Amino acid sequence: MYAIIVGAGKVGRNLARELIVKGHEVTLIESSRSCYLAIEEEFEHAAQYGDATELWVLERSGIQRADLVVAVTGDDEDNMLVCQVAKEKYLCERIIARVNNPRNHDHFRMLGIQPAVSATDLILRLIEHEVPRYGLVHLLALEEERLEIIELEVSEDAPTVGVKVAEIALPDGSLIISVLRNGTGFVPKPDTVIEAGDEVLLVLDTGLEEALTAFFAPNGQPV
Amino acid sequence: MFVLIVGAGRVGSAVAKSALAAGHEVSVLDADPLSHERLDAGQSESWEDAEGQFTVGTALEVEALVQAGIERADVFIASTGGDNTNLIIAQIAQKRFDVEKVLARVMDPARAGWYGAQGLQTISPTRHAIEMFESALEIQPA
Repeated sequence: MYAIIVGAGKVGRNLARELIVKGHEVTLIESSRSCYLAIEEEFEHAAQYGDATELWVLERSGIQRADLVVAVTGDDEDNMLVCQVAKEKYLCERIIARVNNPRNHDHFRMLGIQPAVSATDLILRLIEHEVPRYGLVHLLALEEERLEIIELEVSEDAPTVGVKVAEIALPDGSLIISVLRNGTGFVPKPDTVIEAGDEVLLVLDTGLEEALTAFFAPNGQPV
Repeated sequence: MFVLIVGAGRVGSAVAKSALAAGHEVSVLDADPLSHERLDAGQSESWEDAEGQFTVGTALEVEALVQAGIERADVFIASTGGDNTNLIIAQIAQKRFDVEKVLARVMDPARAGWYGAQGLQTISPTRHAIEMFESALEIQPA
């Protein structure tokens, strides 16, 4: 795979290193002269000096044949522009953008730049996962496919406690895919009885979260 | 017409003043509060006395755009100092707020050209400078 990484900060540099170790071809583009000189010693010909929002810089790095463009500069406008141009002008199939300010996430979405990764959001998600008082954890969101996987801890007062899976009338577009009980997970059968304290994993169409929360953690605090 | 100008540098402030003088309603958004001085410079009355609006904020913040009146803007001019900022905020104005006429100042002729072809109206001062030099030298553009 040929990957172009834009921005040689901590993220860009480490990504480049990892991808090279895995045997991929990488070009790392950096627009600050002093930063470029520092990375050039390590990355040699894989490092390029230039402003990757300039089309000729992208073309010089061979964007036409890139399988992946990753924009991880500290500037959201630059990351949006690089990805938009990579996707729409050079028809690069895979792009990944870093969101520095989570308030800009909507702009990335509006411009069709997915996935857009924000460290703040990732840490928030980890907090959701680590802090059990939140009833609902987002495990995976496939935004384009409009599907998610969530985890819900079954509360004592849930209407589904003591009920067989086959008898739980979940909304269309949702399915229990796994139950975690006493530290082990299993795929439920129709006669599996849900217990308080179970963690149920559900796959669902976007937008069904609230309805499902009512089944398993009616008084939880979805985030 | 209601004209919203983002970026009160030399270009933005000059266009703001002439648009106001021409009788348009003009709102200016800039991240730097001191940029307001450019709107007053050389005028007989202050920008606000002349009924101009000025908002401090960055154009990527939707709240700042709304405060500056983007929801009723007929024209949106992106004239900050950054090409990429101008290209992104112009698309926000066009796609999110459906502003009818959106113009972006883009120094780099290559980016101005491509985004222009995608339906965004771009103005490239660099391109104009190149053409004027070429015509002064009586060279046919390449």
